[in-house]
Amino acid sequence: MTSEIAVIGAGIIGAACAESLSSEGLQVVVIDAATAVGTGTTAAGMGHIVVMDDSNAQFALTEYSRRLWNRLAPELPRTGEYEFCGTIWVAAGDEEMDEVRRKQAFYDGRGVQCEILDERSLRKAEPNLRKGLAGGLLVSDDSVVYQPCATKFLIDRAVSNGAKLRLGKKVRVVSDDGVRLEDGEFIAVKKIINAAGIGSGFLDGGLNIIKRKGHLVITDRYPGFVSHQLVELGYLKSAHGNRQDSVAFNVQPRITGQILLGSSRQFGIDDDRIDHRILGRMVKRAFEYMPGLRDLSAVRAWTGFRPATPDNLPYIGLCPEFKNVYLAAGHEGLGITTSLGTAQILTDLILDRPPKIDCEPFSPFRKVEQAANG
Amino acid sequence: MEPVTLSINDKALTVPGGITVASAVLVSGASFFRRSVSGSPRGPLCGIGICFECRLKINGLAHRRSCQVIVEDGMKIETDEQN
Repeated sequence: MTSEIAVIGAGIIGAACAESLSSEGLQVVVIDAATAVGTGTTAAGMGHIVVMDDSNAQFALTEYSRRLWNRLAPELPRTGEYEFCGTIWVAAGDEEMDEVRRKQAFYDGRGVQCEILDERSLRKAEPNLRKGLAGGLLVSDDSVVYQPCATKFLIDRAVSNGAKLRLGKKVRVVSDDGVRLEDGEFIAVKKIINAAGIGSGFLDGGLNIIKRKGHLVITDRYPGFVSHQLVELGYLKSAHGNRQDSVAFNVQPRITGQILLGSSRQFGIDDDRIDHRILGRMVKRAFEYMPGLRDLSAVRAWTGFRPATPDNLPYIGLCPEFKNVYLAAGHEGLGITTSLGTAQILTDLILDRPPKIDCEPFSPFRKVEQAANG
Repeated sequence: MEPVTLSINDKALTVPGGITVASAVLVSGASFFRRSVSGSPRGPLCGIGICFECRLKINGLAHRRSCQVIVEDGMKIETDEQN
């Protein structure tokens, strides 16, 4: 039987698309060059489900997606390690507390549960943060997930809905009537979703997807050392900064007691080896916020590449120059969060239903310029 | 070297100075050092800091490789045997 829709990429974005489309009764085939699911950017990241406020569009997509995650949470297997630990945006000084209040007003006005923490309540919530930090903003409905298992769960669901899985198959070229694999096989389909992450630009020539390298470290098990996802308030400066290398304090507690420690951002690098200079900067930054981290043992460090776009928003929708090819790519460091929203938007577009949020800002036809805050 | 007195699971023990914590715990007659994630008992294997099997809590800090730490007076050592 011919499939109706080919999803290229079995990362979290492709998995979410496959699950969503197949649950509507569509025949889906998922194709990935790797021999397992979720092995690319998905496997390298942190699995933080977070509402962002850097633009109205990003807010709408992350908030919508977080609602979908929180609805899905009870159905995830235990291995998905879904935990409502909340995010604390940590303010170092009084100036950053002004930003905390701005953030609080923004979220509050949009129905997102949050709470301003002063110096004392921050210390109480996270005793291992250093003394003298000004405070923070607790966004309580944010969560963390073990994204490789969540990806597997979404793929398994798609397969039980009848989707086919073609792993170890590299796509050579996409066209309006199907995809041609490297081995010459042609898979005829009615519609195609390009969810190939950092590889998606290769398939759609003109697409501006930039690889943004990151490093992560994971520690041994220290239950209780960190309780919330902790992100320095200046994080967006790093996430949206210009082309210079940057680091930011960003740690995540895992259910195992392990602590994930990030983050770094580097453009224009293809080398996936660990860069000890930036890794050192990243870890030092974390020590500034949590001195006690110095005494913990790290068991592993690794790198990954975020698929970034020049204006920090993903491409979701019909691909320019094609009639049947859709894009779900360029989610940078937010792909785990925004996967479910992205999939729902695409499913609605493909089924000619109005998406639940305004998807114009994500249109692949938009004029993409470097963001003003970049 | 001067002998040092430390505690292993709150029991005082005097050992020769200069030895490793792993040696001290072995001298104390412990049957194992820690439990793996799945609960099986573990203890020193390589003795040179590579295998991580001898990890213990030393002065409140978990996951210290006891074969790499020299005993000190007043040191508080905790194995998983106490649990």
